[in-house]
Amino acid sequence: MIDVMRSEWTKLRSVRSTMWTFGVGVLAMIGFGAGIPAALVAMNEPAEMEPVAASLSGVPFAALIFASLGAMVITSEYRTGMMRTSLTAVPQRLKLLASKVLVFTLVALLVALFSTFAAFFLGQAFLGTENAAASPGDPGVLRALLGTALYLTMSGLFGLGIGTFIRHTPGAIVLIVALMMVVPMMGNMLPGAIGEFIVKFFTTNAGQRVASVGEQAGLLGPWQGFGVYALWAAAAMVIGAVLLKRRDA
Amino acid sequence: MTTIQAINLTKRYGTTLAVDDLSFTIEPGRVTGFLGPNGAGKSTTMRMMLGLDRPSGGSVRVGGKPYSELRHPLRTIGALLDAKAVHGGRTARNHLLCLAQSNGIGRARVEEVMETVGLTAVAKRRVGGFSLGMGQRLGIAAALLGDPEILMFDEPVNGLDPEGIRWIRTLMRGLAAEGRTVFVSSHLMSEMAQTADHLIVIGKGRLIADTGVQDFIARSSQSYVRVRSPRMAQLAPLLTGAELSAHGDHMRVIGLPASKIGDVAAGAGIALHELTVVEPTLEAAYMELTKDSVEYAGETVPA
Repeated sequence: MIDVMRSEWTKLRSVRSTMWTFGVGVLAMIGFGAGIPAALVAMNEPAEMEPVAASLSGVPFAALIFASLGAMVITSEYRTGMMRTSLTAVPQRLKLLASKVLVFTLVALLVALFSTFAAFFLGQAFLGTENAAASPGDPGVLRALLGTALYLTMSGLFGLGIGTFIRHTPGAIVLIVALMMVVPMMGNMLPGAIGEFIVKFFTTNAGQRVASVGEQAGLLGPWQGFGVYALWAAAAMVIGAVLLKRRDA
Repeated sequence: MTTIQAINLTKRYGTTLAVDDLSFTIEPGRVTGFLGPNGAGKSTTMRMMLGLDRPSGGSVRVGGKPYSELRHPLRTIGALLDAKAVHGGRTARNHLLCLAQSNGIGRARVEEVMETVGLTAVAKRRVGGFSLGMGQRLGIAAALLGDPEILMFDEPVNGLDPEGIRWIRTLMRGLAAEGRTVFVSSHLMSEMAQTADHLIVIGKGRLIADTGVQDFIARSSQSYVRVRSPRMAQLAPLLTGAELSAHGDHMRVIGLPASKIGDVAAGAGIALHELTVVEPTLEAAYMELTKDSVEYAGETVPA
């Protein structure tokens, strides 16, 4: 297992597109996280937004980027045919998938932690000039920051699961955008129980709870929400794993 | 165990039988050619050997085990199925390194195989920019990585220049001479005639022959003498004890040596316009055996 994980780490670091995509995710986090607070200060409205939320404005974009990157970890192997070479080297397919998942999780978590804290401290530095900054010691702040890093990482795993059963980069990204952005936004437009279910439980609507400071009535609590989001990711991963095991490569 | 063993191997896609009840054993110490027309099921068979495709029936054992039970498969069998099955964004060295690591093979071996196939100078180049020949060499480097006892190549000379073809041919002969099992597919007879010791021939997924190259030729076609003469009708009855058959403006004579035919013709004052001994070729033998199983035959244009 360690051998296969080392191999997966080599694969991940030796392709420029992965490193670039991680870079774009970091830029989205830091760019929005510094830019929005700076804009608030420039408009003399530093208290218009909750300070932590202002510095985490990049999260919805970064979540999509992490998910796409997770999908590409495996779809790029299918696109190039490398998957057949990989499976020839490691015919125990679930072992190969598990190694990919573990290595990606570690790398994504480190990148997410770095970009979350960088965005937070940069954003608060701008807000601090107007004495409107939050500190990590304030109630719920540290949990929201760690929660953001976990949320981004779980988004990446959701994408990896989707990529494993779609096997096709554009198809996987379309499904990611649909499941993580389009459907969650439709919740408020749909009536009745379906709308309520989407608002409360559907993918990112549940997952994002852990990435914000406060709690809102009618929505899941932070860790409940994260748990539901983890179930979505797990479902995608299980479908991917079953199909990977059964299908011809 | 250093053999590849197919036991009643079958692969069905919908209603099409791509591989139909194949059983054979590929032995070490020789080059075994895997022949068949395009679409005969060669690649499907090889993919099943590597555990990429799941057989619909039967099984295949590599080094005595199902492929998926090999812990470090690259150390048992090295395969080149498709030289393009690499991520173009990775350098040659990193491509080989990630394969080596997955099978617990050290970095030094990566440098060694790059040296063997002559890629050291381009180790840091991304493989997407490689020529066909370089890609093929990279695929062979990957196959050699685990110093395996069994090697398998799918159409390795496709698209290579003559120098590259000779290199691969020499390499395969050398690997077999070291006692390894070498299994190589091709649809080119001329190539197999120069490389293989043993042949497994399939057509439409079925086993047609599993035999030595010489036996294969001897079994399926004979040498004959081609004779052309303006007085064919007078000559024919004089060739007693031979088997004659007319082929347009000439005839084929089996069972009489050319010298004897010449003597008979001279004795009767019959002029010969052609007297040629035709030795059978692997190509002719192959065409003979597979003519019923060609998937996509071109229409024969009447002369």
